[in-house]
Parts: sequence; C-alpha cells; structure tokens
Amino acid sequence: MTFTKKAIALVGALAMAGSLAACGGSTSSSSSASSDTSSNEKVTINVWAWEPALKNVVPKFEKKYPNITVKLQNVGTNKDEYTALDNAIAAGSGAPDVAQIEYYAIPEYAIKSQLKDLSDTSAKDHQSFYTPGTWASVNYNGGIYGLPMDSGPMAFFYNKKVFDKAGIKSAPTTWDEFYQDAKTIKAKTGNYITSDSGDAGFYDSMVWQAGGTPFKTTGTDTVSVKLTSDAGATKFTKFWQKMIDEDLIDTKTAGWSDDWNRALGDGSIAGLLTGAWMPANLLSGAPSASGNWRVAQMPQWSAGETANSENGGSSLAILSSSKKADAAYKFLDYVSHDSEGIKTRIDAGNFPSDNDTLKSSDFLNQTTLTDSDGKKNEYFGGQKFNAVLAKAAANVTTGYQFLPFEVYARGIYADTAGAAFTGKTTLSKGIAAWQSKIVDYAKQQGFTVK
Amino acid sequence: MTSMTSDASTVSSAAPLEGRAARKAEKARQRKIAKDEAAERSRSAKSGFSNPANPLRSWALTIITGVFVIYCLFPLVWLIINSTKTQQDFVSTFGLGFGHTFALWDNLVTVFTYQDGIFGRWFVNTILYVVVGAGGATLLAIMGGYALAKFRFPGRKAVFAVVIGAISVPGIALAVPQFLLFAKIGLTNTPWAMIIPSLISPFGLYLMWIFSEQAVPTELLEAARVDGASEMRTFFTVSLPLLAPGIVTTALFTIVATWNNYFLPLIMLKDSSWYPLTIGLNQWNKQATTAGGQAIQNLVVTGSLVTIIPLIIAFLALQKYWQSGLAAGAVKE
Repeated sequence: MTFTKKAIALVGALAMAGSLAACGGSTSSSSSASSDTSSNEKVTINVWAWEPALKNVVPKFEKKYPNITVKLQNVGTNKDEYTALDNAIAAGSGAPDVAQIEYYAIPEYAIKSQLKDLSDTSAKDHQSFYTPGTWASVNYNGGIYGLPMDSGPMAFFYNKKVFDKAGIKSAPTTWDEFYQDAKTIKAKTGNYITSDSGDAGFYDSMVWQAGGTPFKTTGTDTVSVKLTSDAGATKFTKFWQKMIDEDLIDTKTAGWSDDWNRALGDGSIAGLLTGAWMPANLLSGAPSASGNWRVAQMPQWSAGETANSENGGSSLAILSSSKKADAAYKFLDYVSHDSEGIKTRIDAGNFPSDNDTLKSSDFLNQTTLTDSDGKKNEYFGGQKFNAVLAKAAANVTTGYQFLPFEVYARGIYADTAGAAFTGKTTLSKGIAAWQSKIVDYAKQQGFTVK
Repeated sequence: MTSMTSDASTVSSAAPLEGRAARKAEKARQRKIAKDEAAERSRSAKSGFSNPANPLRSWALTIITGVFVIYCLFPLVWLIINSTKTQQDFVSTFGLGFGHTFALWDNLVTVFTYQDGIFGRWFVNTILYVVVGAGGATLLAIMGGYALAKFRFPGRKAVFAVVIGAISVPGIALAVPQFLLFAKIGLTNTPWAMIIPSLISPFGLYLMWIFSEQAVPTELLEAARVDGASEMRTFFTVSLPLLAPGIVTTALFTIVATWNNYFLPLIMLKDSSWYPLTIGLNQWNKQATTAGGQAIQNLVVTGSLVTIIPLIIAFLALQKYWQSGLAAGAVKE
C-alpha cells in the first residue's frame, strides 16, 4: 500500500512539475506576444476543430508564421466538442486557445463571456468581407465573437433521375409544388422527396426560411421563446405535419446513418433540403449516384420570393481564457480572411463565407468535385452548382437569432418533437413540449422569459 | 479416464510402426465407443438418470443453443463481410453480401496508413493502457485480495464494506469527478489520466480475495512460515502458483474493461496521439457527418475488426483458465 501511495505521489509530483514548466513557457511567450507582435519567440497555440480542411491549412500557416506552432486537435464533432469545451472550462485548465464554434453555438459561449470579443482587432473592419448571414452570426450583443469559416445557405439538392422518372420537369419553386412533387414521386416511383427523422438544426433553418424569429435575446438575461405562436414556426410546423401524415417524407432513416447514405445513392431519398456544404458529402457518402444530382434554390412560401436561411456553418473563436490571443488571432485571420487560407479550405470542399470567393468566376464556373483520390467528378452532371449556391448565399435573410443555450435546446429536440416523426404525437404538440422544456431550462439558468 | 489415456498412448506409440492397420483398428475402436456411449445414453434415459460425462442429446436444446450461437456470431460475421468492401460497395450493396470487389487487404493497408498511420499509434496506446493499467490493476488486486484473505488485521471488515460498495458504483459515474481532479493536478491529456483510474478494480480485488480464501490453504502458509520462508517468499513461491486460475480471470476482466473503455478516455484525452482505439475509431466514424468530411466507413469497419482480434486471441488462449477460475470454490473440499 505504501509503495502504491509513494508511486502515485511521485507520478503526481512529476506531472505537476511538468505542467508548471508548461505554464512558465506559456506565460513568457504570451507576455512577449502581447507586448511585441513581431516577437521572435516561439508560441504554440492549441486549436480544437473537427473541420477536416484545416489539416491542409495549418502547414501553410506555420510556413508563413514560423514562430507560431499550431497544435490542431479533433476532440469530437459539434456536440462532443462543446461537451469537452464545457468540461475544460469548468475544470479551469485544458481549454484550447482557439475552438471551432458553429454559428448556432456562438451566443451560448458569448453570453457567458467565454469567448474573446474581437471588436478591438482588425475584425471590426471585416463586415463587408463576409456574407450578411455569416457576419450576423458571429456578431452578438455588440461584440464580434469569431471569424466566419464556412457557411451553409440552404438549397434543394435533388436526384434528377428520380424526378425524370416521375415525369417532373424542374425542381419545385414553391412549397405547394414541393408537396405536389412529393406526391407524384411517391406515387410513380415509391421514393421519398426527402427525409427527416427529427433534426433540430433543420427545423431551425426551415423556420428561419419561413420568416420566423421564435427566439429573441435581450441583453444578457432576457429571452423570449415563441415556438407555438411565431408565424414562421407555425407555418412550417403545419406544412411538415401534412408531409408526415401523408407519408411523403422518410421519417425512418436517420440522417447521416449508413442507410441514409445508401438511400441517397439508390434514389429512395430523392432530395435534400440542406446547407451548401453538402456536395462534398454527397460525393463521399453516395458516390454511386454521381451525375444524377442537381441543385436548386429553396422552394418559397409565395411564388416570386427569394427568402433563404443558413444551415450549419461554423466560425473559429478565441477562448477568453487564452493567454496567446495575438498568435491565436493571426491564425483566425489566416484561416478566414487571408486569400491563401480561404482557397486551401475551398479546395478541400468548404463552402465560402466571404464575398470575394462567392463572386470569383473560378468558383462560380466550377462543374466538378474532387474525390478522395484526387479525381475530378461531375457529380452534378455538369451543372454549375456553385453559381446556384452562391445565389442562395446572397438570399439569406438576417435577423434570425439562436437561443443563448441552443446546444442544450437542440439536444432535447429528439425527446420532445422527435416523437412526431414516429407518429406518437403531432409535430405541433411535440414543438409545444419542446417550447415548455426550453422555457423551464431558461428559468433554471436564471433568464427572464418573456 | 485413466484407461482412456493409456489407450490413447498405446495407439499413438503403435501408429508410426503399423500405419494403415493401426488406423483401421483405431477407427473400429471409435465406432465401438460411439455405439457403447449411445447404448449408455438410452439406458440412462430409460432409467431417468443423467450422466454429465455422456449427456443425452436433445434436439430442442441444440436448436436453442444454435440460435444463440447465430445471435452472438451475427455481428462478427457482418463485421468480417463488410471489412472486405470498398466504401462505395459498403453504401451500395446488401449488408450481408460481399461487394463487387474484395478489398480486405487494401482496407487493412489503408487503416494502418490513413492520416500518417495514426491507427497504429492508437493500437500501441491501447496496448500500453492495457499492459500498464490492466496489468497493474491485476497485480494490485492479487496482492490486496491475498492480504485481505490471509492476514488478520483491524479494519478488515471496513475494507470489505468499502470494496463491496465500490463494486456497486459504476466507473462511468466517477469519470467526471475524476476528470475534475485530474485537471486540478494537470494530468488530463496524458496517458496517466487513462492508466491511474484503470489501476483500480474493486471487482478484481473482491474476486482475488474470495479466490485466495478458497485456493490457498492456511495450513500451507503455516508450513512455509515454520520452514522459515519470509512473507514475500511465501507469497511469490507458494501462493502465486495456486492463485493462477484466479489471476487469469481477474486479468481477463481488467483487460477487457480497459480495452473497451470509452467514456474515461473520451473526457480525459483531447490529444489524438494519446487516444485509444475506441475513441479513435469513433472519431473516424464521425468524420463522415461533418461538412466536407470524407466518409470512411470501410476503414471504421476494418479497424473494428482489427481491434477485436487481440481480445479474441486473449480469450481463446486463456479460456480454459477462465473456466476453472469461474468454477473455483464451487466445491468445498
């Protein structure tokens, strides 16, 4: 027993000595970094991100800034990373300098002052550089809490082969047409026009596209949650209920599962309402359907409108606990603002968040995707898909707000509204249950709910 | 039993001498044995006795066990079949049928070369955690269990209560407090965060305690002490050999627990170069669900197959010890 104790004590002592040494290193480098930006001292910044394209960016960044070493860690995808981040923040040690934060999670970390406000950096002049949707997403309560990395304006991806088989000549432009097409496809081919087995991010995007603003935050302590009365939310809920009732959407195949990829490949799910980052995933997940798919603008609630919303997309943010904010900001700027950094990510399949790329003819005229073997693939049958997606990006409306605890809210969507997709309840009842759970949680967290 | 072994030895020694004739005789003998056994089974079935050495064959039981075998082997068969597919075949062909190309070797090579061969690193990490963590846990459990079983000292009952209590607390419940403690002393993100918690195995301690009580006769220890052996020498040369089956059992439990541990490394380790296989494979699996991520389900499946091979080897090699370990103490001699 004494042996074990000694061993543990020894191990502990050694490790503490190690961490003290590390602390010493970081303090010296950060103080020099903040006092003198052209310092020759070496700095290492820790970056948590799951975005695969960043692996290609880091070596180029380190070449440009030889004194900054980037330790890039994938600690989990979206929710997993936020859990790890929360744990590290709670523990008071182990948090990274830079983290990938999706737009919907920015308010959650910003409101608790866990992210550094970039208003005093060059970021304050970036407004015209980014699309309105992404810029609005990183701005919160008058602060700038990250730089937009990629974006996900919604678009309708559809399998043209299935649409042709059903005798449909063009993609639906209104939700009425969407409903009619869904019926035609179901009747003629037995396939579904799209799938949804209960995805909170998708629901948010669809409500946003319908002009809804169910969540509003005022100051740092007042929220309003109006999922059951907001016009956009109720409009979409009612429409989607009709689609579920008439068995016009696949509610059984879980998104991102192997079965889902298979269904996208064989046409049994013939369309997707999703973010503009989808092309690379379609190529990788459903390679067998290459050439069959096309992209179109989102259907509209009234003919002639052009309303659009964002789905997914993320930023890089600096943790307020970071002692190396200067070096960290250089990394953010290189990834999201420097043309070389942006190009590296776009080449790897990111959908851009900056206006320059969205307007460049190289980007707009692109007809091929590059697969993992480096081969060009005309996945969209020669269509200039980026031209469609760039237009979708320009159509994104601003003004939609996420909850200041959106990560939690999305986590309980499946338990409440999710039951509607298995037919156990209706979507409006499920959304009402979601609403009341969100309100309960807001009160627990000390928010005033209006 | 004795007659059979002597029979076998005569046959085997005669076989090289008389080749075909000996084999013929052996065949005839086996037929006779089978006939005798069948006769015995029908006799005991008639008189209503059972004979464990020569059990009656039951169709119903055979079918039920057969169903269980299929149920247990089904995921394994799926894994083997799907590890032979390319990513394209994986998402486009029938789950239990082979793909258009046989890509097992390609997949294996890619698993070990993808992302600069990080899979190999995860494999080595897992082995490190198993050898040091599970090995250490086994050693501590043996020594602790033996001491509690064979020495009388104040506080034994209290230790018993603590150990029993500790068994009923699932490790997952302790993971978050452990994370906060380790973060305080700066050990998260190091292999120690994985190894130190793995060293504690209350169930192993309890198992070794009970096993030591049964397997090591106190008289033997007294004899060793009378002969002047130190406690250390008694432990290592007298007791340890007697404890072998229990040690194997405890080792298997701790090895499997450490090899499969998911939640602890999930919250402790953020540096992918220290990940064990469980976390690493999950990271690969999640890769497909992110924008621009490449789907590599074929590598996830093949990697999973590679991951379970060492466990299967450990079980096959150690199962006979394990069985005797489980049955230990069933009969009081």
